[in-house]
Amino acid sequence: MSAATKRSKDHGINRRSFLHASVTAAGGLLVSLYFNRASAQEGASAAQGPPKINYPPDAFVEIRPDGKIVIQVNRLEFGQGVQTALPMVLADEMDADWASVVPQLAQAKDIYKDPVFGIQMVGGSGSIAHSFQQYRELGAKTRAMLLSAAAKNWNVGADTLRTEPSVVIGPGGKRATYAELAKAATAMPVPANVRLKNPSEFRYIGKRTPRLDSRAKCDGSIKFGLDFDQPGMLTAVVAHPPMFGAKVRGFDDADARRVEGVREIFQISLPRGSGIAVVADKFWTAKQARDRLKIDWDTTEIAKEDTTALWAKYRQLAGTKGLSALARGDESALDKIASANRIVAEYEFPYLAHTPMEPLNTTIRFDGDRAEAWVGSQFQTCDQMAIAQTLGLKAEQVLFHTEMAGGGFGRRAVPDSHVQREAAEIAKKLRGTTVKLIWTREDDVRGGFYRPMFFHRVEIGVGTDGMPAAWRHVVVGQSIMEGTPFAMMMKDGIDPTVAEGITDTQYNLANFNVSIHQPKVNVPVLWWRSVGNTHTAYVMETLIEELAERTKMDPIAYRRKLLKPDAKKLRAALDLMEAKSAAWRQKLPKGHAVGFALHESFDTGVAVAVDVSIVNKRPKVHGATVAVHCGLAANPLTVESQFQAGSGFGLSQLMAKGAITLKDGLVEQRNFHEFVPPYIMDAPVAVDVHIVPSTDPPTGCGEPPVPVISPAVANALSKLTGKRYRSLPLVEI
Amino acid sequence: MAKFQLTVNGQRKEVNADPTTPLLWVLREDLKMTGTKYGCGVSACGACTVHVDGVATRSCMLPISLLGDRPITTIEAMANDRVGRVVQDAWVEKDVVQCGYCQSGQIMSAVALLKETPRPTETQIEESMGGNLCRCATYVRIREAVQLASQRLK
Ligand code: FES
Ligand code: FES
Repeated sequence: MSAATKRSKDHGINRRSFLHASVTAAGGLLVSLYFNRASAQEGASAAQGPPKINYPPDAFVEIRPDGKIVIQVNRLEFGQGVQTALPMVLADEMDADWASVVPQLAQAKDIYKDPVFGIQMVGGSGSIAHSFQQYRELGAKTRAMLLSAAAKNWNVGADTLRTEPSVVIGPGGKRATYAELAKAATAMPVPANVRLKNPSEFRYIGKRTPRLDSRAKCDGSIKFGLDFDQPGMLTAVVAHPPMFGAKVRGFDDADARRVEGVREIFQISLPRGSGIAVVADKFWTAKQARDRLKIDWDTTEIAKEDTTALWAKYRQLAGTKGLSALARGDESALDKIASANRIVAEYEFPYLAHTPMEPLNTTIRFDGDRAEAWVGSQFQTCDQMAIAQTLGLKAEQVLFHTEMAGGGFGRRAVPDSHVQREAAEIAKKLRGTTVKLIWTREDDVRGGFYRPMFFHRVEIGVGTDGMPAAWRHVVVGQSIMEGTPFAMMMKDGIDPTVAEGITDTQYNLANFNVSIHQPKVNVPVLWWRSVGNTHTAYVMETLIEELAERTKMDPIAYRRKLLKPDAKKLRAALDLMEAKSAAWRQKLPKGHAVGFALHESFDTGVAVAVDVSIVNKRPKVHGATVAVHCGLAANPLTVESQFQAGSGFGLSQLMAKGAITLKDGLVEQRNFHEFVPPYIMDAPVAVDVHIVPSTDPPTGCGEPPVPVISPAVANALSKLTGKRYRSLPLVEI
Repeated sequence: MAKFQLTVNGQRKEVNADPTTPLLWVLREDLKMTGTKYGCGVSACGACTVHVDGVATRSCMLPISLLGDRPITTIEAMANDRVGRVVQDAWVEKDVVQCGYCQSGQIMSAVALLKETPRPTETQIEESMGGNLCRCATYVRIREAVQLASQRLK
């Protein structure tokens, strides 16, 4: 999901204008989506947001006789900590005893749809941003109903009562626990309006609160989607097309069928091409049988992509003006600036795989008139519909369980639900049997849906004051939204994710022109944690630091001077970062250098300073100081964790083997020995995170850690080596 | 298919499996012990780390037929292991986990390290934990938790 989907300067959901569309997705799915618009002025189709729903507390909170308070979490937990943070929010307003809270990942149901997007999903760093108010109200309503029940029991006014965690206290010291009142409370009317706490009254919100899922994730007891098991369940793997869209012309499975434990081998259609499904008692059996298949693939109609050829094409496109994504000031101003005062920079960014730690999987049981599915899904609504459609059912006939997921980074938010469709094709054939589809790591690495390749060409005219006087920027890269339901967010053919982070830059750039080319390439692409900001922040922040250096200005002061006056979050983050990093920056060891970056995405402002040296010809990040303005931090401990680990994740871009490449239509990498994400020695040794104190509405923290780290490290490296790093990954430094 | 006798977490188990089946899948599918994870299948990520005769081992490429009578210890036994418990507590105290999928393997590697080297240096931590991928990149806290466990093991 994209920052552009939620770019809004007023930070208030109510005042945003929404785009509503019922759109037909790949395969004829009808999806009803709401998005807050990139810019409210555009077009006349802006409508009100999703219908305001009076969420019934009983769909979210259950108070059990033993005092346990079970809270439904309306979105996937895959590391971001929402399964702790949303219950904190609800429990706070409810005045529930935190030790009694048990979170549950909600099934796919209308009531659990994201209040802003209108589908059940995680994306756009919206978990807390979109559900904060909703969960507060739910908690307050639950508390109000418990108070009404007590008031009725004791025959007193509700206003004579108060609460302590999980207890209602009445006149004369009367006490009743929430568990005792639970049954009576459900009979009370749901109040339409409730008073919410003042921030000074918060018990849990804003307090560093350990995750609720830690112990179970440390003792092996937690069950991820891949761990799902049922008596009689079978396991499937699929021989996928070696090139995107290739079809099976014929196959010989005689050898494969000789593997003991194989149940079924059959051809299935896929959203792109076709494949052969192998169903067996166990995974190893299925995989061995798959290895023994002889498949004749028809690739005649397939565009066979090649990274080298794509770069040549992209470079050439970047030399021409594309669709105008932003035009400010006088475009010809650049040409009037002497060439000695111009910078021309070209950047390359490769395809990147998400490779979530838990390989993709989906389990489905189809019983003719109903089905049941177990999926670690970022897009429950879409995935449920896709399964239903494949099986010839209605969505509500598919009981859809949200499973704990081992990471995602965008890979479990696929508009065409191709993994679920594949699993449903298999389940359809094995009616009455539960089948778990497993994608091997090789399937995942070679399976497409990458962060697109991007090429940037930037020409900057530097003014006599050393500040940019003209800026022309061309971005070349595939659209993620085109051909998906999200295409409705495109305006004049422009996918807003391509140049997000440039077009909405908080720097005050005069004579600023951004245009984009969106070539069609036979490689499926997808949002990768922080989406367009992955590459745009890199370009902007390495260039800004280069400009500062050129004019011999302090890079922090330079940024401060260039920021728009109303860039409130970035200014605050920059000031805080400067103060908190001052001590170590003043005594950098020999051979170390500091690099900076500053970037706002998903309404969260982030500033970072990194301490880098070169060890074994690779960048070593000894420390990073990060300052964050994310509004009110619901769980500061989670925010800190997201920024610490997100910094490591962001360095994926710089890894020597951090690229997906194609040759003659084939993906060249297969597994973690060829596509290598950061390991412990590649990640920052220490990251100190500082949160700007704020009572503004909370904004996202899942994606904003990612964009800043790579440019900051590249900036430090440039100081150490005198080179510019404009081509990623960093194969050599 | 053939029968194999295993000792897992001190208990004798018998399984009927193809001799080439990696220990990982025997644990997960035959013994229903899913704490040990599949991440890559090629010894590149460490998610499947178990102890074989006390040594941290990638179970995804160890065929069951090559195991012999060496005892196996998995994440499920760590709560009752002196070092294992200390490491798990340190992990919880430091709020290390995010998605959590890699953490069984991380903890198995950390326990093996601390049993061998109770006071590891930063370099020893990087070396011993260096084969355990955490895609969420929780490494800052993994380092802190290993150090904390090390202090507690005095
Ligand atoms: S699954 Fe064994 S090392 Fe990755
Ligand atoms: S916690 Fe997610 S992979 Fe390590």
